[in-house]
Formats: sequence, structure tokens, C-alpha cells
Amino acid sequence: MRLQIDGREAYAYTGGKAFDPALPCVVLVHGAMHDHSVWALQSRYLAHHGRSVLAVDLPGHGRSAGPALPSVEALADWLVALLHTAGPQRVALAGHSMGSLIALEAAARLAGDAALQVTQLAMVATAFPMKVSPALLETASAAPLTAIDMVNAYSHSTLAAKPANPGPGTWTHGANRALMRRLQAGYAAAGHGNLFHHDFGVCDRYAGALPAAKRVRCPVRLILGGKDSMTVPKAAAGLAEALEAGIVTIPAGHSLMAEAPDDVLNALKDFLLAER
Amino acid sequence: MPGASDPGFDTLALHAGAAPDPATGARAVPLHLSTSFVFENSDHAAALFNMERAGHVYSRISNPTNAVLEERVAALEGGAGAIATASGQAALHLAIATLAGAGSHIVSSAALYGGSHNLLHYTLARFGIATTFVKPHDIDGWRTAIRPETRLLFGETLGNPGLDVLDIPRVSAIAHEHGLPLLVDSTLTTPWLMRPFDHGADLVYHSATKFLCGHGTVVGGVLVDSGAFDWEKSGRFPELTQPYDGFHGMVFAEESSTGAFLLRARREGLRDFGACMSPHTAWTILQGIETLPLRMARHVENTRKVVDYLAAHPMVDGVGYPELETHRDHALAQRLLPRGCGAVFSFALKGSRAQGRAFIEALKIFSHLANVGDCRSLVIHPASTTHFRMDDAALAQAGITPGTIRLSIGLEDADDLIDDLSRALKVAAKAS
Repeated sequence: MRLQIDGREAYAYTGGKAFDPALPCVVLVHGAMHDHSVWALQSRYLAHHGRSVLAVDLPGHGRSAGPALPSVEALADWLVALLHTAGPQRVALAGHSMGSLIALEAAARLAGDAALQVTQLAMVATAFPMKVSPALLETASAAPLTAIDMVNAYSHSTLAAKPANPGPGTWTHGANRALMRRLQAGYAAAGHGNLFHHDFGVCDRYAGALPAAKRVRCPVRLILGGKDSMTVPKAAAGLAEALEAGIVTIPAGHSLMAEAPDDVLNALKDFLLAER
Repeated sequence: MPGASDPGFDTLALHAGAAPDPATGARAVPLHLSTSFVFENSDHAAALFNMERAGHVYSRISNPTNAVLEERVAALEGGAGAIATASGQAALHLAIATLAGAGSHIVSSAALYGGSHNLLHYTLARFGIATTFVKPHDIDGWRTAIRPETRLLFGETLGNPGLDVLDIPRVSAIAHEHGLPLLVDSTLTTPWLMRPFDHGADLVYHSATKFLCGHGTVVGGVLVDSGAFDWEKSGRFPELTQPYDGFHGMVFAEESSTGAFLLRARREGLRDFGACMSPHTAWTILQGIETLPLRMARHVENTRKVVDYLAAHPMVDGVGYPELETHRDHALAQRLLPRGCGAVFSFALKGSRAQGRAFIEALKIFSHLANVGDCRSLVIHPASTTHFRMDDAALAQAGITPGTIRLSIGLEDADDLIDDLSRALKVAAKAS
């Protein structure tokens, strides 16, 4: 589904069904150097089980026009604007990694919104602060393809993810690397610069999680990768406490939806599809 | 795992796609000889059919053993994923059938395996898919052959029979200028010698029957997608960018930004054409891949010794191996194939067809048969076998002389191979 947000085209995958704003909506927000397709399986399931789905491409990623926005807060504003444009009345927000912080900020912004009720917030592979090592940021600036390879390797916990997104025969390391390279190249070709450096800078600079957490009114679930080396589970402890969040730990790395799509779906399903 | 980089080639050859079996603890890859897989419940069944969950339904579409092979070859090639097929020919057909239909056009290197040439020149033409063949070195020819209805450029890493080295960087650049993908048959080089994706190719396939299996035991193919080609940006592939009525209106390029091609190939091509790989075949090929790095190094080492011997022999008119400075693609081979140019090559035996036959029949270690890429050394005399219907003029057109002999060098002691060739060359000389 394509929308106009702040005068620029935005895209959201709707899970293989037409978007129906009258249904309870699940919003899925990808992380750095990703697009909506990391949520493909979960999107389809939720869309075929009574929910409308908006798996967004953040500005400058995938099919949404760039440039990328400079902060988690700006991205949350964009997401709220997108939701007001799409028109659902009840939304559950879920985000992965950088997307989890955007979802948190959006949930905080929408607390008390009379027209748009946030029913749940799911933060997948999250941490706060989400600091990025200076060495990686330097590599991202000087040699982004090398940085992509580094992050790709750190994002996976196994050479044999079963089943993998989107299905058997997918080499998760290669698919993720191809996606990041494509996004990096497309962003540069559009004249916007270095998307990797931008995205990881957004994660690194974000400082607003605890104030945002105080404003969140809905139930929160953290879905963490027990083998995550990028956002290690213990780095989410402060968030969990501030949000009074339940925690589900899945035996997978940072690329949770690629390595353990069923486990992520089951965790989302148990949380998001429960009657509220 | 994890680390700052992916594991190296030799590690991936043993581990990519496989882990100890969670049900039994089996360390080796289990062979799942099962046509079908039990659903947990009705919702699970529906979710698998509708691509809401990943998993196996029926072994024509996917199988756990085949998936290990697919992921392993994709890992070795640096790709995003792969599909195992019944043969290399089935992989080529699957690639073409996924991207092209009646009215489509392909630009192909003329230096092809005969079976591929047959498919493109005769069989696909019957289904409305036309092919223009160009000499692989004719860079302008590749460009000028492209038409509005072209959907694919295609060549072999080492072209048959003269081992023409495909200039993948230049040919892929031409393809991409026109919004087209480059498909490469990488059978003779394997990813150990060259990874075509690193040079710009978009799709790769193998006759896994050959070096990947390595033991001359099973027939199979693997089709690999780099995940790099942007089908939507190209605008030439509605099969991937528009709703497909045959699968719930799915738009494959929306579903998976990097896996659209393989999704359609599996959900349509494997489903409907059915040229899937047997799990037993996948398991056998996996045994071969585990030693691919070791075997390829030995294949190349032996080949270099045999090539050097033949190149200096008075009964030999020439050896077509790109590592030799006399080969027209020597410089390109040094750039694209620094580890070696494989273990299959042809040489020209001085003399008549009868002398060629005498040579073949005198060999004791080399097996006379129609295959390559076995751990055992193989030989064939095209003029009296694969190309026997051609007269000398037609043979010349195909780059073959009455004395052309094709060898596939195996893993035996190189000295024994050279002794065998030496003895047979003496017999051939006396047969004049």
C-alpha cells in the first residue's frame, strides 16, 4: 500500500490482503538497513488471522522515498503520521532493533490519542541504550560494504536456521547481506549518501527511551534473542523494568525473524492476538 | 558463530545449512526420504500453504535434506538462496521458465554445452522463446543482440568446447545497462575456482552431477540467486512484480526483496514442472561438497601436470587450457580464475578420426564415457561420439577437429595418468 506522508511516498506491505482500517491493526517496523520484507511471514499470518497489517518501509528504505529521517523521534513522528493517514483506530506496534525504539517512541506519542488507541507494544531484539561501537561507525563511514559484512556476521547465530524466512533454501546470511547491499546502493544512487552510517548513527544517538517508557500506557512484551550478539538480552533489562514488560527469549541471534520466524510469530501471536 | 565475518569456504562446505539434528543428535546430514510432512494442526497446514509460515509440505516443493544442499551451495556461491533440481538442464529450464515466456528472447553465448544449446536453439523455440547466439568474446555482439523482449543473458564460465572464459564483469555490465540479469553456468569451475556473483552475475546454476557431487554417482542441478538483481527497478519482469493469480495474487518482489526469483521458481516452476531433486541425490551431492575444496585443488594440480605433458608432446597439435599463454583468454583467466581453470579441457591429436579412436581405445585408466567432473579421469572423442553426425566442416564450425580429445582429469596419481596418455599416444602414432 502506498501513502503520501509529509509530501513523500511511503510504502507499507499489507500481508497479502487489502488493508482494512476497520480491523485491529498490527504495525511492523523494521530495523537498520532492512525493509518490510524481514516481516514477510509474520505479516501474512497476521493479515490472514483477523488483523490488518502495515509492515512499513521507513523513509529511504525499500519503496519509501528518501531521505532517511535523522532520529528515532523523527521516525516516530513519521510513523504516527502514517497511521493517521491509513486510518486504523486500534493498533498494536511491533518493531525490530532500531524499529523497536521507533515503535516505543510512537507508542509514547499516541498515549492518550483519542482517535488512535495503541493496544500493545512488542519490542523485538531491543536494547537501550543501543550504542554502536565507534569502530563500527568509522568502518561504516569509510568502508560500508565491510561494515555490512561485519554486522551481517554478528546478526546471525547459526549457519543452519530452520525454518528460515521466507522459506526452505534461503541462506539467511546471504539474503540479509544482499538486502543490506541493495538498500545501501539504492540510497546512494538516489543521492542521499550512506544509509548504513545514517541508520547506525540513529541507533547510537537515541537517548529518549526511559522518558518515552514513562508515557507508554499499553502492555509491553520484549522478544529477545538468547544468542543475540548485537542487542544482547541483558541490555534490555532497564527497558523491561521501565516498561514493566514481559520477556520472551528465543534461541536465535539478532536476525530473529530470519532465523526463527515461527518462534517470533508465536510470540507475537500470543501477545498481539490475545483479547484485550 | 557469530564472529566479525562469515566462516571461510572450507568451513561453509562442511557446515552451511546443517547442524546436529535436534531430534536425534545425528551429526551428519540426515536423509529425509519422505514425500510429505505432517501438519501440526489445520491452522499450521493453512499457514504453510499460504506462506505464513516457513516449512515443508511436499518434497516436490521442498525437502529438509534438499534444503541443506540448497543453503550450502548458496553459501559457497555467496548467494541469497538456491533451488535443487533434477539435473543441470532442469536448473537451466527453471531459470528461463521463471523469467521468460512465449515471445521472450534470450541472448546466449554460442560456446555452450550441447544440451544447453539444444534446449535454447530447438526446444524453447518451439515454445516461443527465441535465442540469439553470440561469440562469447564479441562484447559488442552481446549488446547489439539485446531486444525489447530480451529477458536474460546467458553463458558458461568456461565455454564448451574451447574453454572460452566468459568476461562476466563486462557481459554483466551490458546486461545491467539494459535492466537484464546475467545467468551463468558455473559447472566446470564450481565456486571454489570462481564465484560469478563476485564479478557481476545475477543467477548461477550447476550441473551438480559433475564436480559438486564429484563421484559420478547421481544426476542433479542447483540454481542459485544472488539476491542482488532488482526486478522491480528493471520493469521487465511482471512475473515477479505483478500479482500472480496462480498463488493467491502474490507479488513476489513485495513478498521478498531479495528472494522474489526463487519464490516464484519454487512456487510455480517446481510446483508445476516438477523437476525436483530426489532427497537421496541431495544427500549424495552433499557428501561430495564436503570435500569439494580438497578435490578441486587436486583436480587442478593434476590437470596442470597433464596439460604441461601434452603441450610438449609431438603428437599433440595444441591444448586448449586457459592457463597456457597460447589460449586466447589467458589474461582474462588469470584475472577471473586465479585458482585455476578447472579439470576439463580438450587437446588436438594429430592425425585422423581413426587415430583418435585408437588413442581412446588404448587408454587404461581414463574411462571412455560421456561425463565430466568425476573423481576418476574421463575421456571422449567428440568426432566419433557426441558429434559423430557432423562432417569435418561442421566440426570445424563447432571448434572441433577430427583429432579433438576431451579429457576430464581425476584424482589419480598424476604420473599414472601421464603414463596412460603416453602409452595411448604411441598407439595412436602407429595407427596412422
